[in-house]
Amino acid sequence: MTLADLAHSVSRGYRDIEEVKRYTGFGTGPCQGKECLAVVAAELARLTQQPPEAIPPFTSRPPLSPTPLRLLARDPGAHRFSDDTEK
Amino acid sequence: MLPVMDDEEDDSRADVSGEIRLPATLEGNTGPLPENCEIAIVGGGVVGLAIAYYLAKRGLTDVVVIERGYLAEGASGRNGGGVRQQWSTEINIRLMQESVELCRRFAVDLGVNVWFRQGGYLFLARDEKEIARLEKNIDIQNRCGVKTRMVDPEEARGIVPELDITGGSSAGGQPIIGGAYNPTDGILFPWPFLWGYARQAAAMGVKIYTQTPVGGLEKQPSGGYVVRTPRGAVHARRVINATGAWSPQLAKLIGVEVPTFPIRHEICSSEPLKPFLKPMVSELRSGLYCSQSMRGEIVGGVSVPGHASTYAMGSTLEFLATYARRLVRLMPILGEIKILRQWAGPYDQSPDGNPVLGAASADHPDFFLACGFVGHGFMMAPIIGKLYAEWLTGDAPHEIFSRYTLGRFTDGSGASYPKEDFNIG
Ligand SMILES: Cc1cc2nc3c(=O)[nH]c(=O)nc-3n(C[C@H](O)[C@H](O)[C@H](O)COP(=O)(O)OP(=O)(O)OC[C@H]3O[C@@H](n4cnc5c(N)ncnc54)[C@H](O)[C@@H]3O)c2cc1C
Repeated sequence: MTLADLAHSVSRGYRDIEEVKRYTGFGTGPCQGKECLAVVAAELARLTQQPPEAIPPFTSRPPLSPTPLRLLARDPGAHRFSDDTEK
Repeated sequence: MLPVMDDEEDDSRADVSGEIRLPATLEGNTGPLPENCEIAIVGGGVVGLAIAYYLAKRGLTDVVVIERGYLAEGASGRNGGGVRQQWSTEINIRLMQESVELCRRFAVDLGVNVWFRQGGYLFLARDEKEIARLEKNIDIQNRCGVKTRMVDPEEARGIVPELDITGGSSAGGQPIIGGAYNPTDGILFPWPFLWGYARQAAAMGVKIYTQTPVGGLEKQPSGGYVVRTPRGAVHARRVINATGAWSPQLAKLIGVEVPTFPIRHEICSSEPLKPFLKPMVSELRSGLYCSQSMRGEIVGGVSVPGHASTYAMGSTLEFLATYARRLVRLMPILGEIKILRQWAGPYDQSPDGNPVLGAASADHPDFFLACGFVGHGFMMAPIIGKLYAEWLTGDAPHEIFSRYTLGRFTDGSGASYPKEDFNIG
């Protein structure tokens, strides 16, 4: 995600932070927005001449940090199908 | 001012430099709605936008698309991007054959890369009943010219070497005993698909309004409907209800009962990995499915039964744990990959698994339905959009419009058609 990507998104009419996320893919990488969200929001506020408070953060998604499948697979809350006979 | 696209043959459509010279979709459409239009499409998901695009292509450009949120806010921005021809009824197989063709041409026709990749779909069976179900469907698919074939466990492992066909080393699981594979099924990246339709429709004159919820709908004695929004009202001669899982709510505004209901489906995505997984892999037992997107992420889900109808879009650990458990059993080597995020979207669940199309009723011949797409509305949208537009611009209606009617749920006609029983995942 570069400043040019953001400017391009805005010029195409995709200005809502949720739209910008989908148009540029920002916030969907390993940091899940933890590093990029504030910077993009600030720049978006500037480009679209909106006050920062008019730009709420996009919906954050679990898990809080990247989690290996093997750990999740041990969670006892998993649904059991007919062949899930082991404990 | 919108930049204007030169003409139909504008070679920018095939421009690979990354800069596609097309007008902004939404620019200029932040003001009030026009007073009148020929067709108002409510819902800016893939279904509404596909219909808008094809209507415009047929020359009907006096069309307004009204979306409550942003494009891709509904199921169309939340799905797995799977595109398959492996269905259980001839009509759906044939529709999907045409849709796949439209997906293949999408990037060239609409000037947007949708990252369509035909890596095939591999369905896996763990008992004889599941095998019989696949075999029965393959017969119908082969008759239609789809080259799905049964594979034995070793062949399945040839296609996906990471599979553990024994059923799980921790014992208890049933082994994989076979599967069905069609190499021309595939996946796409949903978001640009919407922008492609929206941009091209807008370029031809369709007006698209986002952040514009429809809150009122009234049939006019003089014909047509008044569609009310916070941006004002538009008088539309015809209205198309393409609000996906919210379709019953919109229809209710004019007293039409649509028997579909929202079911939350969850999905998740991993960190990006080097390409290794060719097909979409799906296990019949659990509805588990996963594929590797062109961005390298493993995207997938699983059916967690036992949840009531809801519009809630939250995520659950139950889903993630179930997905992880089934996926790690199927492909143990994936245990180390990390999940980056999970989210949810609504299936517009229809009682017989098929969409609801056509005019709502004799009282409402100009109120059209395009909903009830369950978990396959994205893949169907291209062909449904095309057929809908052809019909509404004067062609004879395709058989889907007499078969997939709202009336079939009450007049008994639905019983004479085979049910679609291959809604997996
Ligand atoms: C987790 C998940 C995975 C899926 N996987 C696949 C898959 O692999 N392949 C596939 O083909 N399909 C898949 N689907 C199904 C597919 O996403 C849907 O069938 C399809 O997107 C439906 O498109 P739509 O345009 O009908 O609905 P939507 O995309 O939901 O669009 C409806 C729009 O209407 C708007 N709206 C609602 N009410 C109003 C109102 N009153 N006024 C104005 N606007 C309104 C909503 O905001 C929404 O944007 C999946 C779905 C989910 C949830």
